[in-house]
Amino acid sequence: MKLSRLSRTLLRLALAAGLGVIYVPLLVVLLNSFNADRTFGWPPSGLTLRWWGAAWNSSGVRDALWTSVQAGLGATAIALVLGTMAAFAVQRYRFFGRDVVSLVIILPIALPGIVTGIALNNAFRTVLEPFGVGLGLFTVVVGHATFCVVTVYNNVLARLRRTGAALEEASADLGAGPFTTFRLVTFPMIRSALLAGGLLAFALSFDEIIVTTFTAGAGVRTLPIWIFENLFRPNQAPVVNVVAAALIAASVVPVYLAQRLSSDVGAH
Amino acid sequence: MDAGLDGDQGLTRVASFLHRRAGVRLSLLLSAPLAWLGLAYLGALAALFVTAFHTTDTFTGELVRTFTWANFQDLVTVEVYRTIALRSIGVALAVTVIDLVVAFPMAFAMAKPASPRSRRWLVIAVLTPLWASYLVKAYAWRVMLSSGGLLGWGFGVTATILTLAYLWLPYMILPIYAGLERLPDSLLEAAGDLGARAGRVFRTIVWPLAFPAVIAGSIFTFSLSLGDYIAVKIVGGRSQLIGNVVYDNIGAANNLPFAAAVATVPVVIMLIYLAAVRRTGALESL
Amino acid sequence: MRPTGLAITAAALVLVTACGGGGTTTTGGAPPPGRSGFVPPSIDAPQNLGTGEGQVNVVAWAGYVEDGTNDPKVDWVTPFEQETGCQVNAKVAGTSDEMVNLMKTGQYDAVSASGDASLRLIAGGTVAPVNTSLIPNYTDVFDGLKSKPWNSVNGVPYGVPHGRGANLLMWRTDTVKPAPDSWSVVFDPNSPYKGKVTAYDSPIYIADAAVYLMATKPDLGIKNPYALDDRQFQAAVDLLKQQKQLIGEYWSDYTKEIQAFKSGDSVVGTTWQVIVNVAKSEQAPVEAVLPKEGATGWSDTWMVAAKAAHPNCAYKWLDWIISPKANAQVAEYFGEAPSNAKACQETADAKHCDTFHATDETYFSKVHYWTTPIAQCLDGRADVTCKDYAEWTRAWTEIKG
Repeated sequence: MKLSRLSRTLLRLALAAGLGVIYVPLLVVLLNSFNADRTFGWPPSGLTLRWWGAAWNSSGVRDALWTSVQAGLGATAIALVLGTMAAFAVQRYRFFGRDVVSLVIILPIALPGIVTGIALNNAFRTVLEPFGVGLGLFTVVVGHATFCVVTVYNNVLARLRRTGAALEEASADLGAGPFTTFRLVTFPMIRSALLAGGLLAFALSFDEIIVTTFTAGAGVRTLPIWIFENLFRPNQAPVVNVVAAALIAASVVPVYLAQRLSSDVGAH
Repeated sequence: MDAGLDGDQGLTRVASFLHRRAGVRLSLLLSAPLAWLGLAYLGALAALFVTAFHTTDTFTGELVRTFTWANFQDLVTVEVYRTIALRSIGVALAVTVIDLVVAFPMAFAMAKPASPRSRRWLVIAVLTPLWASYLVKAYAWRVMLSSGGLLGWGFGVTATILTLAYLWLPYMILPIYAGLERLPDSLLEAAGDLGARAGRVFRTIVWPLAFPAVIAGSIFTFSLSLGDYIAVKIVGGRSQLIGNVVYDNIGAANNLPFAAAVATVPVVIMLIYLAAVRRTGALESL
Repeated sequence: MRPTGLAITAAALVLVTACGGGGTTTTGGAPPPGRSGFVPPSIDAPQNLGTGEGQVNVVAWAGYVEDGTNDPKVDWVTPFEQETGCQVNAKVAGTSDEMVNLMKTGQYDAVSASGDASLRLIAGGTVAPVNTSLIPNYTDVFDGLKSKPWNSVNGVPYGVPHGRGANLLMWRTDTVKPAPDSWSVVFDPNSPYKGKVTAYDSPIYIADAAVYLMATKPDLGIKNPYALDDRQFQAAVDLLKQQKQLIGEYWSDYTKEIQAFKSGDSVVGTTWQVIVNVAKSEQAPVEAVLPKEGATGWSDTWMVAAKAAHPNCAYKWLDWIISPKANAQVAEYFGEAPSNAKACQETADAKHCDTFHATDETYFSKVHYWTTPIAQCLDGRADVTCKDYAEWTRAWTEIKG
């Protein structure tokens, strides 16, 4: 597209400025992870690697990290299944209430987290408690899956819309049953959309704090909950910065993967 | 790949049955997601809404399930709740507008002039901060805004708006970027060939086509800001938003019915918003 | 067409849930307290202890039950487990309400309840009286903590004290001169520190205003800052609404207040001793004092569940946590005065008890410990109803605006 030199420069500047604004606080976080002052005083009185060491040794961090990973994987798995099913239903069929389905799927993420949180908490306590099932990892996964479905749903929906039903029909014409068609034709088509949606779902679940606070009860500690609890403790707060800094660095890989995958088949 | 002949036959039977009955396929597909989201989630919401009509015994903390309008009456008559609700809506709107103004040029710069490879890295650059914990980012802003910090502008509603705008910026950039990416270059070139200047092109072509994406992004920023109670605790100084009222009533006061009543306010607002934007097709670009 | 479909479904759901939920009867069988006295449900304390059951499930504040997972050097749980064979499963709760709700599930054996939770637990029949003769270390607990209104009813103890602390007035020595000795510096509408005053972000802070009014407006007749009738309550609320103009921010967590004082965003306000100490160690020029009008404070109590599945281990835990060494460790980690007099010799910092005024009963006589305000006046008045905590919360929202 032909843009004037001025427009192009202005846009580049806006982009650079925007990225700068995005990353400055992150640099503050990184700097604070080396901050000798426990309470993030600014400017930092000195630099130290103490917190990195403490984070490495802290089993609290490791357990919380593992819990978050488990919750994320569980929620993503459920979201993948449910989201794909719903996307297929909405895209490939016409039925009464089609729009409503879209709305219902979007609702958990469109409504404020605290509403979802207290609704689920209330429901879990009334429904599950009589069966002796308390709040725990299971309820966290359920809560996360509820709002993660939409990311998979939207990605798969967009992909299905782009690719159309022609290939599947052709496959059926050639004699393949629905299962074979799914395995050999449909699945490869939506695979990268699934991965992209799944990664985004995982990211959503990984950093979620509000719904988690209400669905985790008191025993389950995901990473955001650990961070929330430890931000209040003078000895632990800087370790939190370390964790955050480490997460940012570590996240480049999955984000890169997601990008490769979603632009794969999509680009034509 | 090669199942035994019997297995094949059984599978084929099921397959051909399903192939003929579209209705069965459809209900199979829909059953699980709808059971989860429709029944379970909507049911939970409805149950919460019903609780808003109950009260708690203030001493023992047990729920008293007699129907009463008392919670809603309090909500409507006591002035402070109206103030807080309006403040929260104002904050959510401000955050959305700020994010839109900042995100649009960025998304445009990412989608159009950049080469595909740099586009990918730019998206990564925008997505990566989402992995830094929300809490830590909010605290970083607190450090920057405090009187000795990098910016030193102090806390309050303005600080809250800035922090929230910062936190949700990627959620606004990405849908707009996706929307702009789909915008065919040919349209823009044709407009340029026909003599339209940048402003006109933007007004008549870019904006209308990107509008659904903009709305999609705004759903995120609006809803996330409306219900937020953590960021305001960190940088909000002495102000409070509607999320805080709900949270305080759940926790400290153990007054779930009142909290539920207050919670209906952001829910109703979001439902109205969603209904209004359904037409624009924004819901598909989320 | 479609909106109607959605509306019908929603209505159906509402009907189902409304009809489906039966009425709940109040558990524990405690009738709402009559005006003549608080009658807790009759539950018996155990007469003797058997052998440990092998585990104990406790609900506690963060930092009270440390087993080395957060800091390998901070651990008083592992020695307990080794000595008694009772594995400790701790659930950290964030609020008193969470604690009350968790204990109601019946899945826990012990809880470290603050004064604003303990009465509710007792009234709901969730906790049982404690037979203190089964807890050897109880004899060494400071008398100033035994059989208090928040941990006993009619002389029957319902728990063992964990530790205590006061909410103090902290100020920046370089900005606030002369050194204040009265809460007036945060309540005076003409305070020169407008915009830099801080206060604790909780409805219980209304009691702090009441404490101030006890001294400055004696004609209101406030005897107990947690027992406020209409008139007294309104006076406290008005005072706080006036104070709001001075407030820069309300605080509810340590690092927030420390950082605010260090950077100068706040220069005067309520605090905990531990915050003062950390701020000083971070070279913030602060000092704190218990003002002449007195102050609110907190005293946490370890209580045993009425239907504890592991009562013997629970009692062993109670005995352990108030034993001199463990009590000293937790008091130092958390930053409070220990409840066991002998703990003062066990603290790593020899001056710990002095800093936290552990033996100073005069100091603590001016401290009004947190307790849940209830409709039945805690100061014994039977002719009026006092404001309960739900009303305190509502008022707090209004105060903050």
